Amino acid sequence: MEQTMKLGTNKTGIDMSPIHTKEMLEAIENTPVVPAALVQGEQTLKQTFIEEAGPLGSVPLPGTVKGVAKSLLKTITGHHPEVFINKLGERLAYERSGVRIYDALIAKCQHTITSGMIEQKIDIATMQHFREEEAQHFELLVANIKKLGADPTAQTPDADAIGVASSGLMKVITDPRTSISQSLEAMLAIELADNAAWELLITLAEDMGFSTMAEEFRAALRQEDVHLATVKSWYEELVRSQATSPAP
Amino acid sequence: MTVRLFDGKGAALERQKFTWRELTPKPLSKLDDDAFTRVRVILMNGIEQQANRFQHMCGQFNGELREALAKIRRVEHHQQTMINWLLGSDHSPLETTIGYEQVAIEVTAAIAQQEPDEYLAQTYRFGMLEDFDHLYRYSALLDRVEGKDANNILQSYTDILPGRPTIVEHRAPADDLRHAYDRKATLPISKMNALTIFSGEYQTRDYYMNIGPTFSDPVARALYAEIASIEEQHVTQYGSIIDPNETWLEKWLLSEANEVYTYYSCMVAETNPRIKAIWERFLDYELGHLQVVSELFKKYENRDPAEILPETLPDPIAFESQRDFVRKVLSQEVDLRARGEEFVHKDEEGKASQEYRNYMNSEGSPTEEIGNSYQWHPGTELARKIA
Repeated sequence: MEQTMKLGTNKTGIDMSPIHTKEMLEAIENTPVVPAALVQGEQTLKQTFIEEAGPLGSVPLPGTVKGVAKSLLKTITGHHPEVFINKLGERLAYERSGVRIYDALIAKCQHTITSGMIEQKIDIATMQHFREEEAQHFELLVANIKKLGADPTAQTPDADAIGVASSGLMKVITDPRTSISQSLEAMLAIELADNAAWELLITLAEDMGFSTMAEEFRAALRQEDVHLATVKSWYEELVRSQATSPAP
Repeated sequence: MTVRLFDGKGAALERQKFTWRELTPKPLSKLDDDAFTRVRVILMNGIEQQANRFQHMCGQFNGELREALAKIRRVEHHQQTMINWLLGSDHSPLETTIGYEQVAIEVTAAIAQQEPDEYLAQTYRFGMLEDFDHLYRYSALLDRVEGKDANNILQSYTDILPGRPTIVEHRAPADDLRHAYDRKATLPISKMNALTIFSGEYQTRDYYMNIGPTFSDPVARALYAEIASIEEQHVTQYGSIIDPNETWLEKWLLSEANEVYTYYSCMVAETNPRIKAIWERFLDYELGHLQVVSELFKKYENRDPAEILPETLPDPIAFESQRDFVRKVLSQEVDLRARGEEFVHKDEEGKASQEYRNYMNSEGSPTEEIGNSYQWHPGTELARKIA
């Protein structure tokens, strides 16, 4: 895969097709704008669909009697533990996918470095270390979800939503045609969202009175801070070196 | 409830109407709805897809039927839209794929058990073990590339285990052709079973061909290419068990009767009341279609539909986990291969398929690579360490 941006025959912009573009614009000039006719009242279909949409789904009830009996959730009053479980499930799904995303990024970087296509600006060992920490964060979340009597294998509504949200970022990184810098940009977006989510999780844990859990999550966040700063610096260094390297 | 095919019930064609709002129904919940509701949605999308395909092809060869075909096909098309649009966009293509393979396994297993003809039942069992392996490979892909658990879709109804390895499923075309049933000597249920499974596999083949190139991971792309090729083989197999001497109108009549049967089966089994209402509505529509086609059959072939259709429907298809049956077949038949129209032990397989397969696999096997030592674990392989 190419590591530096090259000038080439990209055909997507109108500068590449001045004659045809001029013809298109002339037709636009000569075609009156027609507003849509609404069939029923003043409400659009979109408004109707939004009003009628249901949620993605629900948070599962504890599946076992033991789960309910031992649940720390029993000690909470005046809170909605399902909100917390939903967010824990979301983070679990994110960390778990994050491990696979790091696997993909590491494979790409290893190939690029060994084929001599890039100077070694990326430290693979550090990346593998980040991958292991994501796996540990996943394990931490599994353990804490179980302590609450909930099922760590269930897909919560926010886990479902974040799976959709991160699917595009995952696609960028797993595509062998994307460059290291494109992949790092996607990874940066993943780490930024991850950091914000851990901060919220810590606050929620404290709100629920789970101080030990909050402390464990703080330790995870400190590691995520390092991931974020490192990925950001790799990405910036790589792009800047591409921008300022001497022309061939 | 018994559905009688000849009592003239069913919605008249002119009452079978839709609005765009109806055709964009609130989707199923991927999380809260039962997996078998999704199985039924996918199955019926496949049934309607085949109706569309067949009715277009029928029109190519039967000018006098074109108007009737166009009218019925328009309704069938919109039925398909309403059904398929029940799948929400939070189903990733790979998650939907897991759903498709669950349909292939559970419905084929159910039908294999209700099939009275032993050769046809063996054909279904043969294909079922191959789809079973596809589920295993796709589950490995979902786990190892996306970090997700296929069981979130399967809801523990279906095992995730190796079946007949996909790498050995590649056969020379002649070894995918089976012996066709004799239209004059075969029970209606056998003909309907064949239509159901043929439709399901055809839908699956088309689906994989559409979404395969949307994956960016190259092993995923290769995996879909490989499994789509097997689905094409399955479509060939199931198409070949259908008597080619059936007339166009005979086929159309059977197709409509089978739609009545499958919607009836869905309605009986459905646990979501909103979706059950859709199956009831479309059962009514299909009875209406059947009335129209019955009249055409009488008019153009001067034959009585009762000659080929039962008076009442067979027992509905069982929509429930077929785990025990699948495991039994797996233990007894995983080493079967095909040689011409027959099923043989792998040691007796013909050279043509071996040579074909060896060449196709000569630069690597996507299914072997992705499934390397894969074992499903609740919460994915990453959870195994902490179990």
